[in-house]
Amino acid sequence: MSEPLFPAMPAMSRRFRLQWEEAQQCHVLLYPEGMVKLNGSAAEILKCCDGQTPVDRIVSDLETRFEKTGLRPDIEGLLAHAYQHKWIE
Amino acid sequence: MLPTPAATPGAPSVSPPFWLLAELTYQCPLHCAFCYNPLDYDAVRNELTTGEWVRVMREARALGAVQLGFSGGEPLNRDDLEELVAEARRLGFYSNLITSGVGLNETRIAALKNAGLDHIQLSFQDSTRELNDFLSSTRTFDLKMKVAKLIKQYDYPMVMNCVLHRYNLPHVGKIIEMALALGAEYLELANTQYYGWAMKNRAQLMPTLEQVREAERVVEEYRARIGDACKLLFVVPDYFENRPKACMNGWGSVFLGVAPDGAALPCHNARALPGLNLPNVRDVALSEIWRDSHAFNAYRGNDWMQEPCRSCDEKGRDLGGCRCQAFMLAGDAAATDPVCSKSPKRDRVDQVIRFASRPEAGLDGGQVIEQPILFRTNANSRSLNGA
Repeated sequence: MSEPLFPAMPAMSRRFRLQWEEAQQCHVLLYPEGMVKLNGSAAEILKCCDGQTPVDRIVSDLETRFEKTGLRPDIEGLLAHAYQHKWIE
Repeated sequence: MLPTPAATPGAPSVSPPFWLLAELTYQCPLHCAFCYNPLDYDAVRNELTTGEWVRVMREARALGAVQLGFSGGEPLNRDDLEELVAEARRLGFYSNLITSGVGLNETRIAALKNAGLDHIQLSFQDSTRELNDFLSSTRTFDLKMKVAKLIKQYDYPMVMNCVLHRYNLPHVGKIIEMALALGAEYLELANTQYYGWAMKNRAQLMPTLEQVREAERVVEEYRARIGDACKLLFVVPDYFENRPKACMNGWGSVFLGVAPDGAALPCHNARALPGLNLPNVRDVALSEIWRDSHAFNAYRGNDWMQEPCRSCDEKGRDLGGCRCQAFMLAGDAAATDPVCSKSPKRDRVDQVIRFASRPEAGLDGGQVIEQPILFRTNANSRSLNGA
């Protein structure tokens, strides 16, 4: 069995803090002595990672909210990246 | 990871500071031989008050600073630390406590957690009690082990920090094992930077090239083996490279330090550079200091550079290197950092490295230290200042 690319119900890691930075005009992830700047869609996806929402539901919620379809590959790509960097667990 | 400043042609644009380093006090229970604090630190007695620090934090946050380091000296020496941490949290800073661990009992670690402290960086001087206690001129090894356990118990992310030099470079593998055993998420293997007390002790602390390469190899081996279990940060010391590092990620670019007496610092060691006329947060608003002061503009961007930097196609990468190293080794803070092989003063760095590998330096398993080391003590600070 290979490791899943991301958890079924992703939650933000308590080792990172997601917040809006006025000076950067973007959301950022903060961790010891460092910061990752997020683009708008990455921030929207990570905000959905509350540990209670399955990925299918995150996809449909975001597609509804942004009135778009076919977002799944982008969302799953970002979640895989986030999992690999331990932003989500 | 630091944010990349936007590339801007022409005049240097002023980006927001990223990192506010609040040096709350120069007083410290440790006496480390490699401390970067100024030699005359003991003369600084008029520390900023709680209210003044709160104003500094608010002004820095308004400028865009997001990471906040509480450092010193030993920041736990200030009994208002919990209050300052709480204000940092309210302002939206990510707060980092940079500590020796001395003074961090369970009552305080719980209070700091309640106040919203995000992370603790704990220093060790070595993986052995003997060398840890010798280099810090204290008996603190066991206490640090206890503090490391408390940090994990209270669920803080932990960065373990160990300053490296010729006496503990051969122990790098053991130091990594210790970090793994204590559950540190990051291990900063910080090669000594030769400023302040470390510069005074440079002849005793400077490693040999072989030691540096061997430590590098050990770190690489562990990285491959342990993966993400603990992030190993190891930066080859400047003297052993042939290009300097982009010091501070560029002068006046991301770093804003404030010394215990309110002096605003464009780099950790700026007090030792001549002619900067450092502004003080007691007299001038932080925004004016960051954007307009002579001190923060002196080496901002590229315009201040001399040859060989001025016409160098790598100047955008290393920004001419470290101003303090240029001043100490080349006698001119605006010179090319002599670490660079293109610097006409590189021979001064090579001399130091050659001196470190002299046979009589007699590295006997890192145990025998023949020359006297000048420890960072209040008494030594006073006598150097008077000298």
